Amino acid sequence: MIPVTKSKTHALTGAQAVAHAMKQINPDVVSVFPITPQTEIMMQFSQFHADGLVETEIVRVESEHSSMSCCVGASAAGARAMTATSSAGLALMWEILGVASGLRLPIVMPIVNRALSAPINIHGDHSDAMGARDQGWLQIFSENAQEAYENTLLAVRLAEHKDVLLPVMVCQDGFITSHCVQNLNLFEDNVVKKFVGDYNPKKALLNTDDPVTYGPLQLQDYYFETQKQRADAILNSKKIYLELGKELSKVTGNNYPLFEEYKLKDADAVIVVMSSTAGNTKVVVDKLRKEGKKVGLLKPRLFRPFPYAEFGKALVGKKYVAVLDRAENYGANAPLFGEVKNALFDSVVCDENKNVPKLKSYIFGLGGRNIFESEIEDLFNLLLTGKFDETKVGYIGLRGEQK
Amino acid sequence: MTKLKTYKEIPIGGLIEKAGSSVEFKTGDWKAFKPVWDKEKCIHCMICPVLCPEDCIPVIKGKDPKRKETDFDYCKGCGICAKVCPVKCIKMIEEGSEGDSSD
Repeated sequence: MIPVTKSKTHALTGAQAVAHAMKQINPDVVSVFPITPQTEIMMQFSQFHADGLVETEIVRVESEHSSMSCCVGASAAGARAMTATSSAGLALMWEILGVASGLRLPIVMPIVNRALSAPINIHGDHSDAMGARDQGWLQIFSENAQEAYENTLLAVRLAEHKDVLLPVMVCQDGFITSHCVQNLNLFEDNVVKKFVGDYNPKKALLNTDDPVTYGPLQLQDYYFETQKQRADAILNSKKIYLELGKELSKVTGNNYPLFEEYKLKDADAVIVVMSSTAGNTKVVVDKLRKEGKKVGLLKPRLFRPFPYAEFGKALVGKKYVAVLDRAENYGANAPLFGEVKNALFDSVVCDENKNVPKLKSYIFGLGGRNIFESEIEDLFNLLLTGKFDETKVGYIGLRGEQK
Repeated sequence: MTKLKTYKEIPIGGLIEKAGSSVEFKTGDWKAFKPVWDKEKCIHCMICPVLCPEDCIPVIKGKDPKRKETDFDYCKGCGICAKVCPVKCIKMIEEGSEGDSSD
């Protein structure tokens, strides 16, 4: 990575990295409510606030439902509004998540992914974000602190883009990313501020010269039309994500693809996995490549909207694909697996050679259970034999189950 | 009835982008009962215009204010005017019934 602009290397946790992004964004309003493991973000941000480094109005609310409601109100009023949450906090926001996207409010919310209750568990898995994946929010998943930092900057521009105007979640793995100290490059304030720019809402409640009503009743006559607008906007956001990503690349020197392809081109066996586990998988890919094994990784970054066509194109023709979900989906395909399967169906319809990979779903790491490089290595080796039962869901690191 | 717009023609997010547009929303067709006002009996005490929740009883302002006929474009037929009238000069009748001469 060669930064295009001056940057300084810091040793920070993923949560602190996001707090630094928020400091540079300097939102007008931030609502705060503590929940492990997100709390670290707001602790750090509050410190910046106390030190006078941001001009933000911090609103200490009594629940996450209020926290998202606060952001909705602030955003409708014309403010750049942010909050952050995890797990049960995101679940409690659920009702208001749809209000935020339905009113087309560009709220940016870092998520530190954590398991949902019950049983109560504070550690990292994706069940919280997956539970909120169809609420009209864009979702970007980050592998490490660096990505979480940069994705947060990108998210502000993306949310506020006139052709998007939708809220964005920027996800990172609870504890694994949020609480582990990593080296990362923070870009200079003035460069970041220039990229992020000012928020100029087209319609703001506080602009009394141009009155507007947010949230009126819509019944059988107009509700349907408004939903279609939201559906189109989120599909359209994929293009804007790529455009803005190119612009951010000029600042950071990094790329912002829909998904990362790691030694994928000629791979026979592929693992599809997102967030921090993709990092572990890269290490294993490197090791196995040295042994001459054709293995590769596909790491989703933009999960909502899901880039079906691009996924299909990247995976069709591969021999073996394992999709690793850090979330259960009770009574249905695991969230990421289901999307990959959908994407492949679309591609196969277009692919005359019908090169469908043998595709298997794996669940791993629920409640923060560790996944080890040895397990990923074993999985690659199993995939390469082609001798696995793709009709059954596999479990990695679960006692009593075989892969 | 005005022609409904397509999803390409309406403001995003269901926003209403101008002030005072509620006058365009004619709530009069909600009513099942309508007030019939006896002009002769009325003492213009100004109780019903004040208590009308739809503010649809017009008043000629002045030292000696006079109420006018109810604006049926907005009257929902709640019957509060009839209830509060001290001289009982407002009667609620079923719309389209024999006593309804408005159509």
